[in-house]
Amino acid sequence: MTLGQKVPSMNKERRSQNLAGVLKVNFVRESLLAFRNRQSLVNPLVFFSIVIVLFPLGVSPEPSFLKPASIGLIWVSALLAMMLSLDHLFQTDFDDGTLEQLVLSAQPLYLIVLVKSLIHWFVTGLPLILISPLFAMMLHIDTQHLPILLLTLIIGTPVISLIGGIGAALTVSLRSGGVLISLLVLPLTMPILIFGSGTVQASIDGLPISGYLAIMLIILVLTLTLAPFATSAALKMSVSN
Amino acid sequence: MEQALLQIQNLSCERDDRDLFNDFNFPFYAGDIVQIQGTNGSGKTTLLRILSGLFTSYQGSVLYKGESIFDCESEYQSQLLFVGHKLPVKPSLNVLENLRFLIGIKQVVTDKSLFLALELVGLKGFEYALCQNLSAGQQRRVSLARLYICDASLWILDEIFTAIDLSGVSQIEALLQKKSSEGVTIILTTHHELSISDLKILSVDDVGSKSALYE
Repeated sequence: MTLGQKVPSMNKERRSQNLAGVLKVNFVRESLLAFRNRQSLVNPLVFFSIVIVLFPLGVSPEPSFLKPASIGLIWVSALLAMMLSLDHLFQTDFDDGTLEQLVLSAQPLYLIVLVKSLIHWFVTGLPLILISPLFAMMLHIDTQHLPILLLTLIIGTPVISLIGGIGAALTVSLRSGGVLISLLVLPLTMPILIFGSGTVQASIDGLPISGYLAIMLIILVLTLTLAPFATSAALKMSVSN
Repeated sequence: MEQALLQIQNLSCERDDRDLFNDFNFPFYAGDIVQIQGTNGSGKTTLLRILSGLFTSYQGSVLYKGESIFDCESEYQSQLLFVGHKLPVKPSLNVLENLRFLIGIKQVVTDKSLFLALELVGLKGFEYALCQNLSAGQQRRVSLARLYICDASLWILDEIFTAIDLSGVSQIEALLQKKSSEGVTIILTTHHELSISDLKILSVDDVGSKSALYE
């Protein structure tokens, strides 16, 4: 019992963790988990690649077909690839009780959720964006429109992560919520899909795109500020059962 | 009379058509160690989750220093350590990383105190081992290492001795005894026979009217 003497005593002033500290601890942990579980990092990327590569093989490799279809193809594949990875966003944290600890951490859950969504985007959305120029070449998209495509993906994919978080949080306590997530989340992601591919199409047609971009940015700002609230409310509900 | 730190007031709770609690009152005073006893399914875990504020489908209230725990939520949560029977330990993180997260969301800690806590809980030399390579008892110990550094004043511990060996249990018992003498209130459930002096027992078998069962 000599070890017992070393237990720090209560008399010291409490060193409660502040908000920045909690967010940092979460950020470090989420990054480590994402890095160690590389499977989840590679999965959406492989799905994205396979869908796009199979299209020319399955339909037609002619530029006359691929060129008009390319923007929509890249956007739809990106949306579905990100949707695939949403299942597991909160699942392990729910199963092993980490979520309970986060709910009881005395810090606002929506900021913790926001950190988690950003990491999710970083490991699923960003790799898709980085690899998409390669597929854009393959699908005969003119290089002058490539920056616009990348810009819309950069604005659009975080929206999918954030909205997807709501669906993942609502279905986390169900045994198999996979299908339900898609049903819940897909309709909500339609605006960003429509404006995402619409922006690039407008640019190809030589139309001004600032209006399209403004609407996309509004959607991004709205989801950045509001989606974490919905997600954290849904998580609290799931935990309280 | 001394004000209770935590007061259960007129608690009624029903789950799956069974009355777990019916107009139930109970005070917890600062420095108490209360063991909640009951048969399987009698509502021990539900009671702990109600006290921690995780479970909310009940009538009545839980008062912390005279105020509902939901009115002073952030103050209450910053004083609360909840260790559930689930094990929030990630297999792909090592022991140190897991502990740093578990304690780091509650309070500021130095690496030195993390190493000390791991030594005290019997995981010296395992600091950098991935948790997927540890035994069930060792994983449980990672979670319990929190107890050695946590400075919260109210501990709610649900079945923390699962998979812990006898010497481990007696070490944790000694820790609980020491913390209690420093004023920490401890509420726990376990099926172990605890050798703690001043242990209060709260049996939940008789607090609900079980009539619904036999009707």
